[in-house]
Amino acid sequence: MRVVYLDNNATTRIADEVREAMLPYLSEYYGNPSSMHTFGGQVHRKIEVAREQVAALINAEPEEIIFTSCGTESDNTAIMSSLEAVPQKKHIITTRVEHPAVLNFCKTMARRGYRVTFLPVDKSGKLNLNELKASITDDTAVVSTMYANNESGVIFPIEEIAAFVKSRGVLFHTDAVQAAGKIPVHVKKLSVDMMSLSGHKIHAPKGVGALYVRRGVRFSPYIIGGHQEKGRRAGTENVASIVGFGTACELARKHLQEYTKVEGLRDKLEKSLLLTCPNARVNGDTISRLPNTTNISFEYVEGEAILLRLNEYNICASSGSACTSGSLEPSHVLRAMGVPFTAIHGSVRFSLSVYNTDEDIDLVLRIMPDLVKELRGLSPYGR
Amino acid sequence: MWEYTEKVKEAFLHPKNAGEIENPDAVGEVGSIVCGDALKLYLDIDRETNRIIDARFQTFGCASAIASSSALTELIKGKTLDEALKVTNNDIAKYLGGLPREKMHCSVMGREALEAAIANYRGEKPPEVEKGEIVCQCFGVTDQKIKRVIKENHLRTLEDVTNFTKAGGGCGSCIPDLEKILKEVWAEQPTIEAVAPRKKLTNIQKIAMIQDILEREIRPLLQSDGGDVELSDVEGNKVLVSLRGMCKGCLMADVTVKNIEKKLKELVSEDLIVEAE
Repeated sequence: MRVVYLDNNATTRIADEVREAMLPYLSEYYGNPSSMHTFGGQVHRKIEVAREQVAALINAEPEEIIFTSCGTESDNTAIMSSLEAVPQKKHIITTRVEHPAVLNFCKTMARRGYRVTFLPVDKSGKLNLNELKASITDDTAVVSTMYANNESGVIFPIEEIAAFVKSRGVLFHTDAVQAAGKIPVHVKKLSVDMMSLSGHKIHAPKGVGALYVRRGVRFSPYIIGGHQEKGRRAGTENVASIVGFGTACELARKHLQEYTKVEGLRDKLEKSLLLTCPNARVNGDTISRLPNTTNISFEYVEGEAILLRLNEYNICASSGSACTSGSLEPSHVLRAMGVPFTAIHGSVRFSLSVYNTDEDIDLVLRIMPDLVKELRGLSPYGR
Repeated sequence: MWEYTEKVKEAFLHPKNAGEIENPDAVGEVGSIVCGDALKLYLDIDRETNRIIDARFQTFGCASAIASSSALTELIKGKTLDEALKVTNNDIAKYLGGLPREKMHCSVMGREALEAAIANYRGEKPPEVEKGEIVCQCFGVTDQKIKRVIKENHLRTLEDVTNFTKAGGGCGSCIPDLEKILKEVWAEQPTIEAVAPRKKLTNIQKIAMIQDILEREIRPLLQSDGGDVELSDVEGNKVLVSLRGMCKGCLMADVTVKNIEKKLKELVSEDLIVEAE
């Protein structure tokens, strides 16, 4: 049965071109890139090609790219490295809506004696830059804010934030896992010191990521061992995935202009759902937003129930409801945005990719209104 | 993704006995929209035999909450009240071929709704609401409930206490208390008598009450005039609402807000102040 996959902020399908590029490195080219012989050396050269491809996606220099195992490792590494670069400073600034890779890392640092400021966002999920400015002190070691939010799709004004942070002489890291490949990212135009990227959000396999470290920024490795990645990240390279990640970045660069089509589909989905489902609302700013994401609350119904009904039609989406989070609390992002309780549990995130079609969207639009109506019929708050 | 049994999926996709009963003999309501699940159970009871003739439910919640509600109504229909009270949360889970451990609280909610409905019919208050002291502030779970659920389900771990009661699943600050309760129960020490109920509402209780009153008492009135109101936030005693529809920009908006405040002062707490954004 056909799967309608609208959960691309969670993960994406491996593109055919990516898989093809990887296959030789899962069979005949198994050499260790660190080896002296030609057999290993040719693999090393392929990794360097991938490094150029990743760098090109964000307009960086290849030597500014370090391959890691995932976005989380990139985030952890960036913050840890910043703290080690200025050991006398004990203050971290981040936001309340970060991915757990940053949020929980900062909470752990708080338990280890650092002071952490978690900046709030407004109802539309936007940061108040004045609060950011007011919270920077001489003790601030690093500011880490995401480029775009995975749940709401809201894009932060990274250029402005980075310029201010830099003017105060503080290191700036951004988690661009959701932004890169969906919107143009140009590190040369930004005063960003470090940027995290992830492979599996842009049609590469899971288990590979990258960290951009601007030339001249003091860096300490997080994974200690061999001399791989010029001593900046130890461990034998995940060759096939790195090759796949490189190919995916090149594809993403070509596909960037197709995001106007993705945006068109997203807008059609969003507008129609708001029209056909009463008491539905969009969470987050709709102007400064990723072109592939919409987060809609269907009030008075519970998100997991919606997802499992959609699942009957092989439609994949996700929710910020407590029941789907694994903990018993609903999405920290929607709570930070002050989404009312009647809406918070009924939030559904649809996130598209260039592989979605009009038919995908039409199917959701056919099913959703009755589905929501039926679940509201079951609810004591139904209307 | 949760590992639901076929029976859970079936009861979720095609629930039995969903809906209201007009003029029910008993109603039991547990949970709240704030906590993420709520169940309203309606019973038709034969007053001579005390037998449940019909049972229906309305549930706001996830698949297992809806499935548990369906199972509960199937289990109790045709039983006398005393027989029905013997239905445990475990019976509900068993009827569904089991629930994921993390979802056992849904079956507990079913059992509680049943107790609440029967207490409502008999004109009593469910014991734990009467005597218990809130341990988990996030979900408003009392020590009495935690102790009872631990005993009934032979829970041995903290994780299971959360799975079955939700207590400790929010901010986690009550975990030391939960550990203490677990030890107490299994040490078979005589349980310490519950202290008198706290007068002061917890934040989550306050928000739940405000939300509830807005839904029942205020929104229907405003909606009949083409307006609407929504709870935005509660900071201490300050209740932030946003006016919608015809209320937005209405000349009488201040009066509307004052009236909402009056109602909330009357029903929740004298200290509340209502402000519109």
